[in-house]
Amino acid sequence: MTATPEGDLKTIPALLARNVRQFGGRPAFREKEFGIWQSWTWAETSEEIDALAMGLIALGLEPGDHLAIIGRNRPALYWSFVAAQKCGAVPVALYQDASAEEMAYVLEHCGARFVICGDQEQVDKVIEVQEKVAGIDQIIYVDKRGLRKYDHTHMNAYADVQAEGRAGHHRLEPVMREREAARGYDDTCVMLYTSGTTGKPKGVVLSNRNIIETSKNSASFDHLTEKEEILAYLPLAWVGDFIFSVGQAMWCGFCVNCPESQDTMMTDLREIGPTYYFAPPRVFETQLTNVMIRMEDAGRFKKWLFDRYMAHARKVGPALLDGKPVSAGDKLKYRLGEMFIYGPLKNTLGFSRVRVGYTAGEAIGPEIFDFYRSLGINLKQLYGQTEASVFITQQPDDGVRADTVGVASPGVELKIGDNGEVYYRSPGVFVEYYKNAESTASTKDAEGWVATGDAGFIEEDTGHLRIIDRAKDVGKLADGRMFAPKYVENKLKFFPNILEAVVIGAGRDRCCAMINIDLGAVGNWAERNNIAYASYQELAGHPQVLNMIQSHVEEVNASVAEDEMLAGCQIHRFLVLHKELDADDGELTRTQKVRRGVIGEKYADLVDALYGGAESVYTETEVTYEDGRKGAIKATLQLRDAKVVETAQKVAAE
Amino acid sequence: MLDGQDSYTTADGRTIGGVMMEMRNITLRFGGVVAIKDISFDIREGEIRAIIGPNGAGKSSMLNVISGFYNPQEGEVWFHGAKRPPMKPYEVARQGIARTFQNIALFEGMSVLDNIMTGRLGFMKAGLMSQALWWGKAQKEETENREAVEKIIDFLEIQNIRKTPVGRLPYGLKKRVELGRALAAEPKLLLLDEPMAGMNVEEKEDMSRFILDVNDEYGTTIALIEHDMGVVMDLSDRVVVMDYGKKIGDGTPDEVRNNQDVIDAYLGVAHD
Repeated sequence: MTATPEGDLKTIPALLARNVRQFGGRPAFREKEFGIWQSWTWAETSEEIDALAMGLIALGLEPGDHLAIIGRNRPALYWSFVAAQKCGAVPVALYQDASAEEMAYVLEHCGARFVICGDQEQVDKVIEVQEKVAGIDQIIYVDKRGLRKYDHTHMNAYADVQAEGRAGHHRLEPVMREREAARGYDDTCVMLYTSGTTGKPKGVVLSNRNIIETSKNSASFDHLTEKEEILAYLPLAWVGDFIFSVGQAMWCGFCVNCPESQDTMMTDLREIGPTYYFAPPRVFETQLTNVMIRMEDAGRFKKWLFDRYMAHARKVGPALLDGKPVSAGDKLKYRLGEMFIYGPLKNTLGFSRVRVGYTAGEAIGPEIFDFYRSLGINLKQLYGQTEASVFITQQPDDGVRADTVGVASPGVELKIGDNGEVYYRSPGVFVEYYKNAESTASTKDAEGWVATGDAGFIEEDTGHLRIIDRAKDVGKLADGRMFAPKYVENKLKFFPNILEAVVIGAGRDRCCAMINIDLGAVGNWAERNNIAYASYQELAGHPQVLNMIQSHVEEVNASVAEDEMLAGCQIHRFLVLHKELDADDGELTRTQKVRRGVIGEKYADLVDALYGGAESVYTETEVTYEDGRKGAIKATLQLRDAKVVETAQKVAAE
Repeated sequence: MLDGQDSYTTADGRTIGGVMMEMRNITLRFGGVVAIKDISFDIREGEIRAIIGPNGAGKSSMLNVISGFYNPQEGEVWFHGAKRPPMKPYEVARQGIARTFQNIALFEGMSVLDNIMTGRLGFMKAGLMSQALWWGKAQKEETENREAVEKIIDFLEIQNIRKTPVGRLPYGLKKRVELGRALAAEPKLLLLDEPMAGMNVEEKEDMSRFILDVNDEYGTTIALIEHDMGVVMDLSDRVVVMDYGKKIGDGTPDEVRNNQDVIDAYLGVAHD
C-alpha cells in the first residue's frame, strides 16, 4: 500500500514523514471549534508537531523522560504523542475523568517530568498531585482559559511552547532530528495504564513494533485506506483510541476528527459521517433506545411504517450484508425501505457512510447487533486487550455473528489453557508492565504466550472464538454446578430497561442479582404509563417497575435454563438498587466495567438480606459527588423472588 | 473603605481601576412611594460590585437607575467622569452597559444561537435592503458577528445546545444563555439581576465561575444583585447593602458582614 520500503517505517514520526510526502495536502486532523470544522493537512500537522517537539526540547525534555498527556480528544493532544516521540521521550496517556488521587498514582509510578493538560480542570488536578508527588517539572496546557493568574515559573501554554520551538528552530531542529533518528523498532512507542478491574493500574509498555505491526495487520484485514474518516471520542488513555487515532491513522494516512465537546458527540458524528467507526456496546444500546423512544412518540402512520419496514430489514438485511441470496421481491422492498426508512435513520444516527464498524469491550445484545446490521451497517465484533495492542480476534466481513468474537486477527495465534482460559501470542504483545517484573512474568510466559484472563472456547468448524466470562469469575455454586455471572448479567443487560446487573452466587446454594434500571428507558416508560416519580430512587423502588424487572429476570431464567451447563445460574431472588453504580464511587472501572469485589463489600448488607429471605431491607450508601465531596443515600429496598425453571437433570452434590 | 481614583491590585492579582460610575444622592419615587432614598455609591473599573438587601429594599430599582431605565427625581448619575443625562435604553446600550433580568427575558421560540445574536444588534450597521437580501455588507457583518457569538458559546460551554430553541431548556441553562446575550454586546459594565435565583448548588457554582471568568477574561466591570449571601461574599470585591430604600452599609464583604445595621436588617429588628 505504500511506495516507500517498509524498512524505513519503524517509528510513528517516520510514518508522519511518509504521510507528508504522499498525502501532504489531504486532511489529517479536524476539530470543531467555534461552530466550524477547523482542519489541518498532513503537512500542517507535521509543522505543528515539529514546533511542539522543539519547544519541549527547549524546555528541557530529555530522551527517556516520561511525558503525561491528559485531556479530551483534541488534535493538540494527539500531536503531543508524536512530539514526545520526536524528543525521544515516552508519552503516557491518563484518563481525563480520573480523580487527582488516581492520577497521583500513575504520575508517580511512571515518574512523569512533563505533563500536557487540556484545560484548567486537568491543570488543577496536576497541581494538587504535585503536593505529594515530586518530579513533575513542567506543566503545559492547551486551553488558556482561567489560567492567567497561575504561577507560571514551571507552567507554559501549548502555543507558547510551540512559538519558542519555532523561534529556536536553527538551534533545536538538529537535536530533534538526531533524537528522532535514534529511535528504533523495539523502542517504546507509548505507555498506557490498564483500567484496573482488580488492584492498582499497571503501565503497559508498547513498542513501535507492537503498534505499527498491529496497525498494519488490522488495516489490511479491513482494507482501510487514506480515505477513511474517523471520529475520535473515546478516552485518549484507552489503547483502542491510540490504535485507531494514532496507529492506524498514521499507517493509513486517514483523517481523525475531534468533536467540539463531549456533549456534542452525536451532532458531530452526524456532520462527519465516519467511514470507520468504533463504539462500545453501551453507545449502540443508548442510540437504539433513543430511536425507539422517539418512535413511540411518533404518529401512528409513521410508527406503522417504521415497524413494518424494520421487520423486513430484520428478515433480509443481514443476509444482504453477508452477500447471501435474497429474492428479487425482497430486494426491491428493502431498497424502498432504504429510501424511506433505513437511509434517513442511518443519516440521523450518523452512520450513512460507515464501511467498517466495530464494537468490543462487553458483549452486545443480539437484538441490538442485528438491528444495526439489518440497516445495512457493517457492524462487527472484536476482542482485544491493552496487552495485545487491541487486536486478538475480530470478525471478517463474511463471518459476522452475534455470539462470537470472531477469528484470530492476522498474526495472532490462539490456544485454550487447561482451565479454559484463552491464551494468545502476536507481534502486538506488549513488552512489559512498567516497573513490575512480577506481573509481567505471571501474565506473559517465556514463549510469549499471554493469558487473557477470560474463559472461552474455539468453535471447531468455524474457528470462531467464544468468550464465556472472566476466568477468575467463573466459579462453582455450593453444590458444584458452574457459576458464570457475566453470562447471566449480559442476558439481563440486553433488556433496554436494565442498565447494569451484578449476579452473586459463588460458593452459595443459589444465585441472586442486584439490578440497576436505565433511567432513560424506564423513565420514558413511566411517563407513558402515567407513573409519577420524583427521583431515580423513587422510580427504582416503584412496585410496577419491580414487576417489570421481575418479568425480565424470569425470561432470563428460562433462557439460562436451556443451557444444561449453566442452569444453576438462574436467579432466585433480586433487588433493584437505589443508586446507579458509578466509577466515582469505585463500583465501576473507568471503562464502565463492574468491580465485583468492591460491590460485594459495599453492599454486604443487601447480599445478606437477599440470602436471608427478608421482604425488605433498610440501607445507607455512601456516594461521592463529582467534586469529590461525599454524601449518603438512605433507602428501604424491596426484595423479590423470581420464578426459576426446574431442570430435569440434577447435578449430584458431592 | 477605599477612596480616590487610584487603582490597586487585589489579593488574587486583578487590577481594579478608578471610578467608572458614581451615583450621587439618588432618590427615586413612584407617586408617594419612595423606592430609593438619597443613596450614593460608586462602581470602580474592573470590580465586581454587589447590591444586597432584603426583599423590597429597592435593589432592582437601583439597578434600573444604573441601566438608565428609571430616571431618579433627585440626584445625579456620573459615568466615565461626566454627568449622564436622561437616556433611552438603546443609548445606554451604546455606552457599553448590558444587563440580564431577574425573570428571564429571552425569545423562547428562537434558538440559543439566534438569541445571543440579538445581543449583537448594536454592531450591525448594514441597511435594510442589504440585510433583507443578505448581500454585501450584511453578509460580511453576519459572519463577523457569528464569530463573536461562537466565542461566547465556547466560553459559556453551551455548544451542545447551540441550535436548541430556548423554550426547551432548563432554567439554569436559560440563565446562562441570557448572560451570553448580555456578553454579546461586549459591555464595559454588566448588570446582573439575581443571576443565581432559583438555581441548585451545582448551577450556582457554574454561574459563579462564569461571572468570575467574565470579569477576569474580558475585564468587564460587574454590578450584581443577589440574595444568596454565600455567593455574594465569595464573588464580590465590594458590597452595598440597602434596606427600605436606604443605604445601610458599603464596603468589602468582611466590613459588611460585621456591620451592626446590616446584621439587624437581616436578622430582623423592629423599625421605628
